[in-house]
Amino acid sequence: MKPVLCLRGISKSFPGVKALSGVDLDLYPGEVTALIGENGAGKSTIVKVLTGIYQPDEGTIEFDGQPVRFPSADAAAKAGVTAIHQETVLFDDLSVAENIWLGHAPRTRWGLIDRMEMRKAAARLLESIGATLNPDARLGDLGIASRHMVAIARALSIEARVVVLDEPTAALSHQEIHELYELVEKLKAQGKAILFISHKFDEIFRIADRYTVFRDGQFVGSGKMTDVTEGQLVQMMVGRSVDQIFPARTRQTGEPVLTVAGYSHPTEFADIGFTLHRGEILGFYGLVGAGRSEVMQALFGITKPSKGAVRIEGQIRVIRSTTEAVAAGIVYVPEDRGRQGTVKGLPIFQNVTLPSLGAVSRGGFLRMSEEFALARSYTQRLDLRAAALDQDVGLLSGGNQQKVVIAKWLATKPRVIILDEPTKGIDIGSKAAVHAFMAELAAQGLAVIMVSSEIPEVLGMSDRVIVMREGRIVDEVEGDRMTPETLVRAAAGLAAAA
Amino acid sequence: MTLNNSTGDVTGRIIPDRMRSSFARVLRSWETILIVVAILIFVTNSFLSPYFLNAWNLSDATFNFTEKALIAFAMAMLIIAGEIDLSVASIIALASTAMGLAMTAGAGVPVIVLTGIVTGLVCGVVNGALVAGLGLPSIVVTIGTMSLFRGLAFIILGDQAFNGYPKDLAFFGQGYVWWVISFELVLFAICAVIYWALLHRTTFGRAVYAIGNNATAAQFSGIRVDRVRFLLFLLTGLMSGIAAVCLTSRLGSTRPSIATGWELEIVTMVVLGGVSILGGSGSIPGVVLAAVIMGLVTFGFGLLNVPGIVMSIFLGLLLITVIALPRLLQRK
Repeated sequence: MKPVLCLRGISKSFPGVKALSGVDLDLYPGEVTALIGENGAGKSTIVKVLTGIYQPDEGTIEFDGQPVRFPSADAAAKAGVTAIHQETVLFDDLSVAENIWLGHAPRTRWGLIDRMEMRKAAARLLESIGATLNPDARLGDLGIASRHMVAIARALSIEARVVVLDEPTAALSHQEIHELYELVEKLKAQGKAILFISHKFDEIFRIADRYTVFRDGQFVGSGKMTDVTEGQLVQMMVGRSVDQIFPARTRQTGEPVLTVAGYSHPTEFADIGFTLHRGEILGFYGLVGAGRSEVMQALFGITKPSKGAVRIEGQIRVIRSTTEAVAAGIVYVPEDRGRQGTVKGLPIFQNVTLPSLGAVSRGGFLRMSEEFALARSYTQRLDLRAAALDQDVGLLSGGNQQKVVIAKWLATKPRVIILDEPTKGIDIGSKAAVHAFMAELAAQGLAVIMVSSEIPEVLGMSDRVIVMREGRIVDEVEGDRMTPETLVRAAAGLAAAA
Repeated sequence: MTLNNSTGDVTGRIIPDRMRSSFARVLRSWETILIVVAILIFVTNSFLSPYFLNAWNLSDATFNFTEKALIAFAMAMLIIAGEIDLSVASIIALASTAMGLAMTAGAGVPVIVLTGIVTGLVCGVVNGALVAGLGLPSIVVTIGTMSLFRGLAFIILGDQAFNGYPKDLAFFGQGYVWWVISFELVLFAICAVIYWALLHRTTFGRAVYAIGNNATAAQFSGIRVDRVRFLLFLLTGLMSGIAAVCLTSRLGSTRPSIATGWELEIVTMVVLGGVSILGGSGSIPGVVLAAVIMGLVTFGFGLLNVPGIVMSIFLGLLLITVIALPRLLQRK
């Protein structure tokens, strides 16, 4: 079979980084090609080259055997390349149909938008992907899963022959993921060539026909999924064998550090109570929307609880702002890295010192050399990959930005560190590094709270697990009861298995 | 217990502090472009008019920008933080009116000066409370207070004017510290240094940049975002009060229409100085240079008897050219 899209020797450089050097990628009609690589391997860059957002410095793109160029996103779309991104931008105040057709709506012969046709076409599209949505519904009123379907319908509203799915399942529940797989099968049956980017090996083996592996911006290998094992793929990805096992930890928890009692919020959570000890990793498991992040953000001074008490080392602390939380020794690594984690536009070192400005200044005046020293020591501990400390933090890959956020908090010497989905969207190599680092922090006496929706991570890392459902704590699990079944049943509101 | 730092073994690779040498950074900076523009205008002016290269004339030229620049320093910080204050000129009007009232009540020079400054501060508190306290958008709030503050001045004065300020007050707007160096120029220089230090060397200035780039992440990093915003409005109010003292002293009278249209000239000065109108970047040296450039242009055109409207056309073109130039060069 001949590939529909052929990329050869693509290179792309940014100031200080060579994002891609001479990579190849082939996409075949009616087949799913999985693109595999660690964070920073160049996956996002190649997608942007493919969709006309970036222009390659070198290399050729062939479409149906003809050399082509995609000077703009529009040109790529016209040629039939479409992408569904991790975070698609949609418009809350527009209707479903308007979101789908924004920018290329069907026109009447007077050049006005043909609303009738637009609605009908939207309904047809939604039906073809198995979504039962009203085209007139306001997007802002829909749930996450429905919004995702709208994003997919939007991507397919152009006559696409190549569909890029960039980590499509990252924000979806089990049921939604299942529906997405069915959709991918439909697209395959229609003869579309699909590029599938994912960090989850189970789904890659489930739906991909072929694979291509990148590492540090270079092409490592490609082939059919039937000819390869998970171990071989991991080996290709990281260039070394990675222990998939979680770091071995001996549980040695000390005296209580953080005690929360009767903690409630008017709408988000009620009657939360738990105790966190020195050297402990306490897992918080639950479905998306169970109120875990809301509890953590209240502890961090972002949202105001209506009642309840927080004690740190036995003393009652009232936390009304993030500044007071940091002063009390509670820090929070947010799930939404781009919006809440790093300040893009500021260099790395200024991101690291942002909560510690008092420590690197005298009488309000900053000491530049102390700033660099602080940033240097903590970024090195986390093995940050960057060209220089005065580089804009926005130029780093997701995993490295996460390291900057963690470095920023360690520099404040906290008592309690809360990590909210710390490895979400991070590749296996970085994941293992984050896990090892968490274990090291706990071993040094830090009290760690980890909010996670990944069961292997929760079970592998935590000493104890608190399960939340609909804003309440429904179970606290430790020892022999720490099994996937217990967590899933508690989170779903099912009675414990007999 | 806190985390023990020494036990963490430093295994990571060494990351250099800086990518480019400081010389390379200076050469590529916006300020360098502004210096070149300033020199060009200076040279052109000195060729076009024989009266330009005269110490006293140049000294007179500084009055074209010193008062506006005082406010522009505070405005630059506000815009870098992603906010704006369009009420500054109206604050001048209200502060100047308050000074007139104090004078009518028989107050001496210190009390008159203090009245102007405190009025500015109070106006800043009003703006700051509405924006930082209630979370209202600053552009709407300050368009509102722009009408409000000047409206108050109009109600108090009607079509009258305050005249007859004490002689000693004139020093702040007409006095010379030494030879051709005016009090206003000295004040401008001192404030430039203070604001440079405040924005570029203090933790407060760092918070301003962080908020302007990503206010949410700044809050999530333990920065007191609303307090910083409030203080910034306080500063523009304060500087408007100080500018009101200088301007009232220079004119020797107060009319409710005083300083009309200054808010846009000040914003122009700030943007010409390289401050991003979207917030997040900019510098005080840039604003100083922009102030000097605007002063030189106004003065040069004045010497050539160019009408005021042509002057504003030129300033508009200059602003657009200087802003568009880097964008155009980047495309190639």
